[in-house]
Amino acid sequence: MQKIATRHFDQENPQRLENYLKDKGYEAARKALTQMAPAQVGEEVKKANLRGLGGAGFPTGTKWGFIPAANPKPRYLVVNGDEGEPGTFKDKYIFELDPHALLEGIIITCFAIGSHKAYVYIRGEYVKSIATVRAAIEEAKAKGFLGKGIMGTSFDLDVIVHPGAGAYICGEESALLNSLEGHKGFPRIKPPFPAVVGLFGCPTVINNVETLACVGPIILNGGEWFAKLGCEKNGGNRIFCVSGHVNKPGIYELPNGTPLREIIYQHAGGIRGGRQLKAVIPGGISAPILTANEIDVKMDFDSLKAAGTMAGSGGIIVMDDTTDMVWAAMVAARFFAHESCGQCSPCREGSGWVYRNIKRIYEGHGRSVDLKNLPGIINNIGGNTICAFGDAVTMSIGSYVKKFRGEFEAYINRSSDLEYAKSNH
Amino acid sequence: MPKVTIDGKEIEVPAGTTVIQAADKAGIPIPRYCYHPALPVAGNCRICMVEIEKQPKQQIACNTVVTDGMVVKTNSPKAVEARQAVLEFLLVNHPVDCPVCDQAGECKLQDYYMEYGKYNSRLVDVKVKKTKKAFSIGPTVMLDQERCVLCTRCVRFADNITKTSEFGVFNRGDHSELDLYPGKQLDNKYSGNVVDICPVGALTDKDFRFKCRVWYLEQTKSVCPGCSMGCNITVEWDKSRPHQDKKARVMRLKPRHNPEVNQHWISDEGRYNYHFIDENRILFPQRKVVAIEWDQAITAIAEAIGPLQKSGRMDRVGIIVSTQLTNEDIFAIRKLFKDALKVPNIGFKVPEKPGYADDFLLKADKNPNTAGAAAILTDAVGGDEIIQKARQGGLDVLYVFGRDLVKLYGKETVEQIAKSVKLFVYQGSNVNDTCAYAHIVLPGAVYAEKDGTFTNCQGRVQRIWPAFPPLGEAKWDWKIVSMLAGQLGVPIDFKNSEDVFKAIAAGVGAFSEMTYAKLGDQGMVLKK
Repeated sequence: MQKIATRHFDQENPQRLENYLKDKGYEAARKALTQMAPAQVGEEVKKANLRGLGGAGFPTGTKWGFIPAANPKPRYLVVNGDEGEPGTFKDKYIFELDPHALLEGIIITCFAIGSHKAYVYIRGEYVKSIATVRAAIEEAKAKGFLGKGIMGTSFDLDVIVHPGAGAYICGEESALLNSLEGHKGFPRIKPPFPAVVGLFGCPTVINNVETLACVGPIILNGGEWFAKLGCEKNGGNRIFCVSGHVNKPGIYELPNGTPLREIIYQHAGGIRGGRQLKAVIPGGISAPILTANEIDVKMDFDSLKAAGTMAGSGGIIVMDDTTDMVWAAMVAARFFAHESCGQCSPCREGSGWVYRNIKRIYEGHGRSVDLKNLPGIINNIGGNTICAFGDAVTMSIGSYVKKFRGEFEAYINRSSDLEYAKSNH
Repeated sequence: MPKVTIDGKEIEVPAGTTVIQAADKAGIPIPRYCYHPALPVAGNCRICMVEIEKQPKQQIACNTVVTDGMVVKTNSPKAVEARQAVLEFLLVNHPVDCPVCDQAGECKLQDYYMEYGKYNSRLVDVKVKKTKKAFSIGPTVMLDQERCVLCTRCVRFADNITKTSEFGVFNRGDHSELDLYPGKQLDNKYSGNVVDICPVGALTDKDFRFKCRVWYLEQTKSVCPGCSMGCNITVEWDKSRPHQDKKARVMRLKPRHNPEVNQHWISDEGRYNYHFIDENRILFPQRKVVAIEWDQAITAIAEAIGPLQKSGRMDRVGIIVSTQLTNEDIFAIRKLFKDALKVPNIGFKVPEKPGYADDFLLKADKNPNTAGAAAILTDAVGGDEIIQKARQGGLDVLYVFGRDLVKLYGKETVEQIAKSVKLFVYQGSNVNDTCAYAHIVLPGAVYAEKDGTFTNCQGRVQRIWPAFPPLGEAKWDWKIVSMLAGQLGVPIDFKNSEDVFKAIAAGVGAFSEMTYAKLGDQGMVLKK
């Protein structure tokens, strides 16, 4: 199988420019800058069926095309490396093991959209990533791959690394822009969309790290080559981050459309101690959970959507039969309650309420009416908020209550004596 | 211009109009917490969600721009459900301490709950406790973090209107709290406005809190007399609870929207300038500090002016007019003293110290009707000249309206004048140092008791309405002047203020074609 984003990971010191150059390093950028027109680059990426690998799966070439041609303001590329989705740890490896693949992708993308400044927003806890990318930028500058007149052309580009300050919501692209501008990490109301009014009020493209790492190989080998690697409408490979109760947790680059069962049992070595699988979150904590019966689904954006969940960030969290699903739901709800930015009412008040409600059930104070109310309360958050965080709460927590209702009922039955006694108090 | 259909009503609006603006224009109510027409859109409360045909999700009316042919439903089951959900969420961590909350009765949580809520409570879980409850954030405002719905109207007001940026929202999720930035106080010239725009009981007014439940308040439209800007206000007063607040009638002033003058705001200087309406009033006519009847007082003045009228010595009469008076009052003064009696010494310009002014609403001239006086009393004499004459024995009668001469010219001068003139009349609403020197003191009404008009610094003639009758035996100033005119054989028989205004429109060019009906709520500008 041909690897793309992780192709250098097994080499010695792959983060160094001299090693990166050994494998056609920066040749894709040279090809784009010297032999192609910006529009051609965009076309090639469209042909590749490259989709946003941060989680939303939006076609990358189409996104670039949203930059208004007539707007005289400067344009920006913002690289979303906040990687806050629990269960996701792929961008970290790209930052630390192949930063030049990212930089090359940035150069090509900026050339395609006409940007001369790119910001790489890196999760604050990724101290090593921040240092590695900064070092790579210095190396690239010294070689004339960044800065003024890149590779002898008239194209200029500066890349700036900006560490985040530890908020999940800053992975939401418009909150990220606010954070980058020095404001509180609150998502912006849309419209206007970032392609029109983005960073500092200018047209902005925001792409994920892994997405950009794929851009170089696409330019070098052609869009059709990339498209063929994946499945229909979802070209190329994907880095799947497998964690939880498997024998071999880690990152696995596999073609889009690989069945989830294959990833768990073949690549990740199956369930620890030969136990039974109980549930899987297929795309980071925001993705609705799947039961053990649902793992024959193919891992690509459209198949997972059809299965009622989402590909998300590629974070696969595996839970075996020892897992208490009420506890798991409570942990997920606690995460959302803790990370809700607090800007809009349904999410601010709802995420905490849902957490406290599940916590009460878990602590043995559940009431029979809770299971009647809870789905409705959870449902009232999604679709009513400024950003997709609210949808994530609804879809994610809602799926535990729906698919593992029996476990919730068991908790509530256990506390029913208490409830009965209270009602006769 | 795009046409939008809201709840079956077709409306044509300018391009760029949002759904909530179009609905407001059509009089279709859409609930809101964070939206305020004078502030940037925040879109955070989510209660203004409406259903729009051909759109999968409900949209917030405040940030959705109308497109041609858009069909909006504000009361479809989906929209109502979303609204109820938001309301329920806002109450999750709200203390529901309405019985002890000063906002009760004018709280949007209460109002919308009565309109859209009324469900059985599902809130059994422990509430998040915010850090501070009922604490002072400046000289005029109190903050209660628990009651705050985090709509950020006050934040945006301080950021965009006063540009003082005192407020911020701190922490995250349901621990978010409204507070001031460290080391800041809410102490600007317009701080009281945050209380008006706060939709709930989070920000309350120190001057008003616990004085009166709002459902006892009556509202009367008026104009702030605090400076020459003439900000539109509502006088909020209490007719049924005289035992409260030392029998004061006026409980508070609120800004009234006028896009041409003050938009939605008033200054603190204007807002808290109402205590004089009920305090320290001149309640009955007096002669040398002794109460007398109105007819005695009027006769005494007529007896002093009458002989001068006969002997043609009207130059021995001096009139100082206050620019706190209405156009109607000033016109009556002109009609009697200038037009009929031909008194040459009529003036309204006095050496007042200019007050605080800025480039927003506060003007240095702290009188509401200087422009009106200038338009009606065209060849007025300077006040200083009249005072000079009076001091030097050049006047037999000095008739002062509303001006505190002691404050303006000093005690010695007024003492001298009281001795050198035969009759010194002071007509005004409140007791001041000048009253003690006046031979006759007449009680005039305050603006909140008057029907009339003020002309602001833009030349805008604006109506004020009487909230209640004058206190004690006080009368409208133009009525007092009319009484005197009757005694002097100069018939001025206006039936009401509107009658006077008709005469102003007929007699003063700048006011021509104006009527009370045409002035409406927003006023009209003087003709040049």
